[in-house]
Amino acid sequence: MTSASEKALNRRGFLGAAGLAGASAVLSTKSAVAEAARPDPLITEVQDWARYLGDGVDKKPYGVPSKFEKHVIRRDVPWLTASPESSVNFTPLHELEGIITPSGLCFERHHSGVAEIDPAKHRLMIHGLVDKPLVFTMDDIKRMPRTNRVCFLECAANSGMEWRGAQLNGCQFTHGMVHNVMYTGVSLKALLDEAGVKPTAKWLMLEGADAAAMNRSLPIEKAMNDVMLAFAMNGEALRPEQGYPLRAVVPGWEGNLWVKWIRRIEVGDKPWQTREETSKYTDLLADGRSRKHTFIMDAKSVVTNPSPQAPLKHKGRNVLSGLAWSGRGTIKRVDVSIDGGRNWQTARIDGPVLDKSLTRFYVDFDWNGQEMMIQSRAMDSTGYVQPTKDELRKVRGVNSIYHNNGIQTWLVRANGETENVEIG
Amino acid sequence: MSRSVNLVNACLAAAGALLLTLAPVQSAAQQMTVREAAKPASKLGLGREALPEEISAWDIDVRPDGKGLPPGKGTVKEGDQVFQAQCAACHGEFGEGVGRWPVLAGGHGTLKADRPDKTVGSFWPDLSTVFDYVKRAMPYGNAQSLSNDDVYALTAYLLSMNDIIKDENFELNDKNFLSIKMPNATAFYDDDREVVEKHFWIKEPCMKNCRPTAPKVTGRAVSIDVTPDSKAGPKVD
Repeated sequence: MTSASEKALNRRGFLGAAGLAGASAVLSTKSAVAEAARPDPLITEVQDWARYLGDGVDKKPYGVPSKFEKHVIRRDVPWLTASPESSVNFTPLHELEGIITPSGLCFERHHSGVAEIDPAKHRLMIHGLVDKPLVFTMDDIKRMPRTNRVCFLECAANSGMEWRGAQLNGCQFTHGMVHNVMYTGVSLKALLDEAGVKPTAKWLMLEGADAAAMNRSLPIEKAMNDVMLAFAMNGEALRPEQGYPLRAVVPGWEGNLWVKWIRRIEVGDKPWQTREETSKYTDLLADGRSRKHTFIMDAKSVVTNPSPQAPLKHKGRNVLSGLAWSGRGTIKRVDVSIDGGRNWQTARIDGPVLDKSLTRFYVDFDWNGQEMMIQSRAMDSTGYVQPTKDELRKVRGVNSIYHNNGIQTWLVRANGETENVEIG
Repeated sequence: MSRSVNLVNACLAAAGALLLTLAPVQSAAQQMTVREAAKPASKLGLGREALPEEISAWDIDVRPDGKGLPPGKGTVKEGDQVFQAQCAACHGEFGEGVGRWPVLAGGHGTLKADRPDKTVGSFWPDLSTVFDYVKRAMPYGNAQSLSNDDVYALTAYLLSMNDIIKDENFELNDKNFLSIKMPNATAFYDDDREVVEKHFWIKEPCMKNCRPTAPKVTGRAVSIDVTPDSKAGPKVD
């Protein structure tokens, strides 16, 4: 790469933006030039894969990722919970691209482990304030009109360990309780219409078939608007850990409401105040009182590369990649700062921008080895702007556990290593 | 619950209105149109009527107003026996919690503290939730194995461990259940982010020279060193 083209890139690039500190130093590419002078044996010698036969089509009826991608896995943090069956693991966001999360990498959150249910033995009951209580089999549900939708599922506790400060070093751990897939299923409204909901109905209770019999109250307005019961994700049946054979999909709302292995819907006139909406998923504020029914997940974003698990390896050209999402609508804009929020530039959004879905953004930039404090700031279609963690703490204190959508800071050091930090 | 139904409805109406006004997304709108057009005028006729025995087998939920409470009874003393046999291995003899298993008793007056202790007694707003949750999900690993009388007795024992009931001969039953008031019952209110956090809806956020001085690092995750794969082991208990 010539220094002339470097300069051209710099002018277009991130650090070339006016007003940003330390911009536009031209980087040496001497080592690359020196390597290029010796012939590369990967090119000059015939490699095994170019000589011998590979696997035939009968070897892998259900394909798996390359063995060179073995590090791309869900991870858990054992000290977070008392038991792995009521616990959470994390999506490796730093290894993923685009907006669709591969099904096998979607984070898991169970309260009594994964229920393994034969779909032929699964039943869905709708009863309560309805004209006619009903029982559906999976076959019944698959005979109903279908709908497809891509949307994010974010655990209410995503980033919850970060309320008091920087704790976990990696976006997988700080932001990985989120995934985004295409769901196929039936609208909950269609199911409720079959039973005939009485005019006095105000709330539903959703309940799972697992040993936690997870139950939560859902306002009927939301149920009739866009809630689905899904039997497929990313084109195939739900994974067992995601609720096979049937789960609730509650777009934009906290993951806890997305009841998996759903077996029962009771229609009532008041919320049930279940354990999952009183003891848990209520947000304790500094005055000792608590918000309840904080359903919506607010606008949020994170830079996935660079990040602590994905340090910068090269000076010169780099790609900053990240995700933004909002439970209130679409992502309208994402701004990125490299100086800890003093100056911002608007990132490039690429790929589909869908309602209540992960959205991918990029900044293509040159890096001269300077220290950076990288942040991203999402704006959604309602005009909501992702706040800083300090702005959130001012309203809520540090003990609300859930709904931490504060701006994340990554400190990129001169050697490219990247850290989760708080700045002030 | 603690708040009036009117307030609940008002908040819901606001949320509903917001959802409707915020749906200018083309793909979603188109999707809806297609679905509406495809919807038949009459019912699909799928599913079959649920039998009363089936509904009663699964309908175990209990609401704060007592709806769903089954007939039954149990005393604090009886609850103590069930608790020691079925619960104490994880939750401790007095609900104090073993290791990292949940603490069920104590913590009164700590909700404004730096490290709040949120237990059944200090935090939970409704006694019905104790019955509902224990009946459906406990003991952990052997759920729905307790009789209704067991659950009444365990609920009475938890009230006693939390000093809400002082008499160990006290019997909790479906008749007196609603007379118990939980200490933190009035401290919950519906989501008010759209009011209290209105200032996060910003027309045009700052883009240039947004702070007078360069920021300084005030905290580093690597100092805490609890991330899996970090060189030292977790330091949190």
